[in-house]
Amino acid sequence: MTADKEPRDLLDAAGVEQALGRLADDIIAAGDTDDLLLVGIRRRGVELAERLAALVAARTGQSVDQGRLDITLYRDDFAQIGSRPLIGTTEIPGDITDRRVVIVDDVLYTGRTIRAALNEIADFGRPARIELCVLVDRGGRELPIQADFVGVESEVPPGSHVEVRVPSEDGELGVRIRSGAERGGAG
Amino acid sequence: MTAAERETAEETPPPAPLGKDLVGLEGLPGDTIRMILDTAEPFKEISERPIKKVPVLRGKTIVNLFFEPSTRTRISFEFAEKRLGADTVNINSVGSSVSKGESLVDTARNLEAMRIDMVVIRHGSSGAARFLADRIPSNVINAGDGRHEHPTQALLDMLTMRDRLGRIEGLRVCIVGDIVHSRVARSNIFGLRALGAEVGVCGPRSLVPVGIEDLGVRVFGHVDEAIEWADVLNVLRLQLERMDAGFIPSLREYNRVFGVTRVRLEQAPREVVVLHPGPMNRGVEIDSDVADGPQSVILPQVTNGVAVRMAVLYLLAGGRPELAEDAKRGSGG
Repeated sequence: MTADKEPRDLLDAAGVEQALGRLADDIIAAGDTDDLLLVGIRRRGVELAERLAALVAARTGQSVDQGRLDITLYRDDFAQIGSRPLIGTTEIPGDITDRRVVIVDDVLYTGRTIRAALNEIADFGRPARIELCVLVDRGGRELPIQADFVGVESEVPPGSHVEVRVPSEDGELGVRIRSGAERGGAG
Repeated sequence: MTAAERETAEETPPPAPLGKDLVGLEGLPGDTIRMILDTAEPFKEISERPIKKVPVLRGKTIVNLFFEPSTRTRISFEFAEKRLGADTVNINSVGSSVSKGESLVDTARNLEAMRIDMVVIRHGSSGAARFLADRIPSNVINAGDGRHEHPTQALLDMLTMRDRLGRIEGLRVCIVGDIVHSRVARSNIFGLRALGAEVGVCGPRSLVPVGIEDLGVRVFGHVDEAIEWADVLNVLRLQLERMDAGFIPSLREYNRVFGVTRVRLEQAPREVVVLHPGPMNRGVEIDSDVADGPQSVILPQVTNGVAVRMAVLYLLAGGRPELAEDAKRGSGG
């Protein structure tokens, strides 16, 4: 096949580590970390949040609380999809009211996942502030949502796929882009 | 299809389909039952939130059509429906047009004319849920039909066993009581067998179906034998009217041979977990010491009931127009 259908590396493992280090610095610089709660969106946001929590803790000397969110039940396209996706457990430690919550996800694209996450978090309490941290911002927003902390920005056309790979899910760390054509041109 | 949908579709394998309705567990493969139990897990957490509601069934209308009295099953379904964001209507046979002789199908068709999405039905006749499911395009969930099945009860029983003991496969589960009239027993037998448990039943000979051994079920004539064998006892409510019908000589006699007591459980070679679908006749089929004791998982059963019903509602809701068309043409199985 032609070269442009091969997945293209956007970040290798070292690049992801570096980006996460920068994001941890940015999160610390942007506000108090005493009441910080990092909430990873399932699935790959969870490991990214874990890594960020460890980095922030190493820099500040304080442990950082973490949560995980499965937004399936808050999707806005639920009535349209035929099959029922499997749901993961949502875990939010304690009361989040008046805390600083940073949502962590792998890729920011349409913004619909983040809309769902914001609604879900609101059902757990009223944080003092909610911020958004993503490893990749690929553009293509369909809602007025922007990230506060971005690892890498890369405009990726619709139909192409940004794959963030983390050890717990994929056995390796990295980000790559697959062109839509490789997936049979469907959709 | 948006990119977000494609991502999810690619990442999560589609679960084994449940179809339009949940009428019974008979014939359901073990994988499908496991999928329902696994889906119930994340729904447990929703009932622990400050705001116990997710919007997944927002805009769906569900009718709870109860032709038999029921408190806990109806309330459990209603909590499950409301916590998923659905709108619900309860119809009880007393005081409704049902008591004026309207047929089941006429009642359901009138409801459908008001644009409902799902029906939860409890009915005294075996087969009522299947009959309805084959004739209306809405999803139908059987909340107990005659002596046939009560699938969500068996699912919550199995979820509770799995929570407590970590598995179903290889467990020895004995159902104690009136087996012959019990839809709970039937659904338990089908579900537990599909998941690889060994199943026994224990009850007076008059209340154990002839030939039940052919289903691969062991029969015990005394609760002491059942306790010696089992990891789990699922103790059924003794319908007191059975005594009037001559199936058992007296409540005291029943309690003497089949009552689950603390003294008896202490003789067991291993810890036996005790379930009861409620409502209990304390001092008849189960003693208070047991019902309120450490081996009892009766209240966790109630909590799990809501989660299991949320899972079933979630898995059945919406998105199956092709099946609805079949039902409209009356070609359902």
